[in-house]
Amino acid sequence: MSQSLFYLIAFLSIFFSLMVIFTKNPVHSVLYLIITFFTFTIHYILLNAQFLAIVNFIVYMGAIMVLFLFVLMLLNLNKDTEPAKSNLLKMAGVVAGMCLLVTLVGSVKALNVSNPVVLTNPGLGLVKNLGKVLFNEFLLPFEISSLLLLSAMVGAVLLAKKEA
Amino acid sequence: MEITFVIEKFVFITVIFGLSLLVAMYSTLAERKIAAFLQDRVGPNRAGPGGMFQPLADGVKMFLKEEIIPTQSNKFLFIAGPSLAILTACIGSAVIPWGQDIQLFGKTIALQATDINVGILYIFGVVSLGVYGIMIGGWASNNKFSLMGAIRAASQNISYEIPMGLSIIALLLVTNSLSLKDIAEQQHGFQWNVFYQPLGFLIFLVCAFAETNRTPFDLPECETELVGGYHTEYSSMKLGFFLFAEYINMFVSSAVMATLYFGGYNYPGMDYMNSLLGPTFGPLLGMAVLFLKIFAFIFFFMWVRWTIPRFRYDQLMNLGWKILIPLAIANIVLTGLVTALVNGF
Repeated sequence: MSQSLFYLIAFLSIFFSLMVIFTKNPVHSVLYLIITFFTFTIHYILLNAQFLAIVNFIVYMGAIMVLFLFVLMLLNLNKDTEPAKSNLLKMAGVVAGMCLLVTLVGSVKALNVSNPVVLTNPGLGLVKNLGKVLFNEFLLPFEISSLLLLSAMVGAVLLAKKEA
Repeated sequence: MEITFVIEKFVFITVIFGLSLLVAMYSTLAERKIAAFLQDRVGPNRAGPGGMFQPLADGVKMFLKEEIIPTQSNKFLFIAGPSLAILTACIGSAVIPWGQDIQLFGKTIALQATDINVGILYIFGVVSLGVYGIMIGGWASNNKFSLMGAIRAASQNISYEIPMGLSIIALLLVTNSLSLKDIAEQQHGFQWNVFYQPLGFLIFLVCAFAETNRTPFDLPECETELVGGYHTEYSSMKLGFFLFAEYINMFVSSAVMATLYFGGYNYPGMDYMNSLLGPTFGPLLGMAVLFLKIFAFIFFFMWVRWTIPRFRYDQLMNLGWKILIPLAIANIVLTGLVTALVNGF
């Protein structure tokens, strides 16, 4: 049952991510992206990673995508205001996209995904275990990443102040 | 999974769902009655004894009104907006513990739809999702005022989610658990969290007002500036859904505040009452106490609405970013320090 659920959700993820790319309207695109993130949340729950699931839900769906939607609504993009891209730019986009595809396929192939992924420690995603692992084994990377976020925040504030 | 378990949960969820709709329905009447009381008027008193059937009459009116979908609007999203608003309002109550385990028909039944171990975060996630209904509805209306209302709602909700999250972090330092059932059980008797987290509660309360778009934070539907805000173009039951979602949100956030800070179903002398009433009526009394607390909070929401005027937009942002966030951070540091001192490092 869990496996068929996985295939259903995986299909929905891919379907909605394709919809993100193929819809013309940027606001629709963002809405499809929100649904895509929601399917990711279900994937995390299937992996028994409850904390990651709910954080993905709050941060990506609840905060970042609201900001995306906010900016798009403010800009109110449509076909008339969007500048037409030159053919050279389009070609560059195609080449870059193909390069990314090749890299991704190569790395996935190197992973040997034909072996089914078995969770070595299925309880790891629960919030208690995750907290213990984060603050014992990975304390230094955790603190450094928080510093990184802080510096990004200070940088953003500085940029905003400069304009005013 | 046993079939009886599924039936039990289904019945329980249906009851809770019906109760929240009922409370929300009568909140609309209570709002008008309380407004009338505060302004020295009588209020609605024609439909039924003392205006008791006014919500039914309003509901019938909403259903029978002409449905208008603007020609220039995005039809699918125009309908999706209010649906999403009411959906996110209704799913919030899933993790709230309504009472202690109850003995019913020789079975022990947990008075909670589900006890996930990240309960608080679930509520937080639902709250952060709540803004989509307003944003999508406002944008799909293709109206300047609606769009302004939607954008105001988005920026307001994002701004007030931050102090809300920070005040929850301080609370978690006290409770050491993310599960709402654990948090409710810890406050057994009169050990309510509000005594340990008074500042955190105040911040949470202000943020709850902002997240439910209640006065003094109802700028998304500020009628003096924006006609009707995000629901300017809406009519009939779709407008009803938007208005109703606000009342359900109020009910759920009252329940959350009562559970997190005011002991939930706990009350002083509950052990004595439980031994007196037995395992069936004792938890029921606890549930009644919880509902009493919820009604007190709903009354407070209404009291504030008819007492305090609306903020100006820059005042709203200043309060959120320059006062509440630093206060919430100070609260976390203070709570952490005290916890470390009490536990002897």
